[in-house]
Amino acid sequence: MREDWGQALARVPELLAAHVQLSFSALLLAMVLCLPLAIWAARSPKIAAVALAAASLIQTIPGLALLALFYPLLLGVSALIGGGISAFGFLPALLALTLYALLPILRNAVTGLTGVDPAVAEAADGLGMTSWQKLRHVEAPLAAPTIMAGIRTAAVWTIGAATLSTTVGQPSLGDLIFAGLQTQNWTLVLAGCLVSAALAITVDFSLGLIERGIRERRRLWGWAGTVILAAGLAIATLPLLIARDNIVVIGAKSFSEQFILARLIGSRLEDAGYAVRYRDGLGSAVVYQALAEGDIDVYVDYSGTIWTNQMQRTDSQPKAAMLDTIAEWTKASHGVTMLGALGFENSYAFAVRPQDARQKSLKTLDDLARVSSDFNFGTDVEFLERPEWRMVQDAYPIRFKDARAFSPTFMYPALASGEVDVISAFSSDGRIAANNFVVLEDSKGAVPSYEAILLLAPKRSADDKFVAALKPLTGAITVANMREANYMVDRKDDKKTPKQAALWLDGKVKERP
Amino acid sequence: MPVSGPSLSLHQLSRHYGALRAVDSVSLEIAAGSLVALVGLSGSGKSTLLKMINRLVEPTSGTIRIGDEAIDSIDPHVLRRRIGYVFQNIGLFPHMTIARNIAIGLELAGEKEDRNARVAELLDLVELPQDMATRMPDQLSGGQQQRVGVARALATRPGLMLMDEPFGALDPVTRDNLTGQYKALHERLGLTTIIVTHDMAEALYLADRILVMEGGRIRADATPAELLSGDVGAEAEALVAIPRAQAAHLIALGKQA
Repeated sequence: MREDWGQALARVPELLAAHVQLSFSALLLAMVLCLPLAIWAARSPKIAAVALAAASLIQTIPGLALLALFYPLLLGVSALIGGGISAFGFLPALLALTLYALLPILRNAVTGLTGVDPAVAEAADGLGMTSWQKLRHVEAPLAAPTIMAGIRTAAVWTIGAATLSTTVGQPSLGDLIFAGLQTQNWTLVLAGCLVSAALAITVDFSLGLIERGIRERRRLWGWAGTVILAAGLAIATLPLLIARDNIVVIGAKSFSEQFILARLIGSRLEDAGYAVRYRDGLGSAVVYQALAEGDIDVYVDYSGTIWTNQMQRTDSQPKAAMLDTIAEWTKASHGVTMLGALGFENSYAFAVRPQDARQKSLKTLDDLARVSSDFNFGTDVEFLERPEWRMVQDAYPIRFKDARAFSPTFMYPALASGEVDVISAFSSDGRIAANNFVVLEDSKGAVPSYEAILLLAPKRSADDKFVAALKPLTGAITVANMREANYMVDRKDDKKTPKQAALWLDGKVKERP
Repeated sequence: MPVSGPSLSLHQLSRHYGALRAVDSVSLEIAAGSLVALVGLSGSGKSTLLKMINRLVEPTSGTIRIGDEAIDSIDPHVLRRRIGYVFQNIGLFPHMTIARNIAIGLELAGEKEDRNARVAELLDLVELPQDMATRMPDQLSGGQQQRVGVARALATRPGLMLMDEPFGALDPVTRDNLTGQYKALHERLGLTTIIVTHDMAEALYLADRILVMEGGRIRADATPAELLSGDVGAEAEALVAIPRAQAAHLIALGKQA
């Protein structure tokens, strides 16, 4: 238990620094945008109506969706101006969070500025104040507590929403939460939640002090709040100042196998003398592009994913031919090197409970089609939108009674508990064997093959030391070993961290002749 | 005390709000140093007329001259700094001390020297104790606040004072006090003052010239004595009738006792 917390907390300083840097930048940018806009809006009801409506509209978009939207948007902008803009990491997270912070700041600033007592405003005019003097001497000081309250709300929102920026490759405290949720490491989830909550509470408290200081005209309170904030900001962002040159960034999607393989790659590269950093929890759509752009250096993908998502292919080819085609395509279109296949497959596999398989004699997807109208289908969040699902439907007459999407963590328990009757499992997942689930055979070969493949960013292709460090991994990982490693991380009892599982897997790789 | 307040000249001054003629072609000469009361019922246009003089309201047509200077040739904020403005809702700045409220005009004008001495002088002038200087507005009574309002308006030594029902919201005793004290100030400082009121008794007591407004026009223009003697028109008579009847009633009561 203590070891768990030690490991979780060890990652906190670096993630906290990134989290604070991101939230603070977004808040600052939102303030810079909002305050002049609010002054304008306070003088023109039309501008106020338009600005507030736009900010409210943005607020209705879920934070995760807003982040996701910036990825293609920035890619488009980058393509338009001939490249150079990174659609990955800090920039999309900053823009999305800034937009998110606009509403509370703008609304409170407009309310504060227009809420000045008309008699006070008349006195200001009657005394001959210019518009600027009126703002400086009267409106701004009177609106300041309200504006500060808006900034406070925005700060708390931003710190909370920043945990979602993990999904676009920006490190944040969300890394702990997403990774923990994936591997059912609740210590990690709790650590992420507690630290981000503590951060939000501290910032809220300090801004509250400043707000009270302004409202009650007590300078000391205001200064106390400012000092706490400044000190906190300095301490939290300290790890960022420690420069690290030529760090290898290893990408991983959001499931245990990816975390383990990333650590395996990382340990090999560290042995070869590289400093490494991990970017976990990247979306399938984001991660390949990030590699092509050089934002990450290496990651493991699956042949079928590249085939259908990136190459937009809907046909099926034999495994070997498919790998060759993919290697040629990635090289030609993005300069990405496919170093080789790791030796195991992680394809979509339809799994059912053993008693169902026995009683209803389910062996193949054809058998599943026969009973599908009585079956509830559980999938991961993306499967129903994926081409593989259409391929399966084209090949087999499957019509499920109902379909529900789960995070992979909850999908296996849902099948075990009978909440659903069949799931779109992953063939290398240790929980299939652990639960004695039966995988149904794709007898018509509808789903393409999903060989795990090692992909290198363009700039690493010519790095011989890099290639030499990773080459031994190709063809070295059996599906049995991968399942075992995955299960170490995914199981409920005696859980291992991805790093420990990677170490075990490394041992198995080295045992091979 | 020499007269320092300017004379005022209004020429065919109008302010329309759509079809409503709040002020309808008013022409008027006001002598330097006079204390003029603008009297009328609510909606008669008296406040609108007053606020056109410091350009808080822009006229639809017509001209105003202060001395021999047309006011539309002066920047509004420059013009307003030369005119004292006191109004019913006072509008003290709640986030500033009394001293800073009084000195704000000097601050705007960039006068840095002797602000404290001037504040002390003004507190004396409006008969407030010196220790008020460090208080905040919400610690003062309504009457004290309006004294500060008057002091603030006088801080930059304007020659012209515009007062829009300045004592209308105060209790009768305070109001009587302030009215009397202001009249004395007006004479001592040689100001030109235009005061808007709906209270004819106050106007009769305070002013040396009374203008009765109705429907955006001036219906009567007379001294208090002329007004009381009658023959100045039905509108004026209706307004004068009230204090006259009240006075008669009080006298009758006094005799009975």
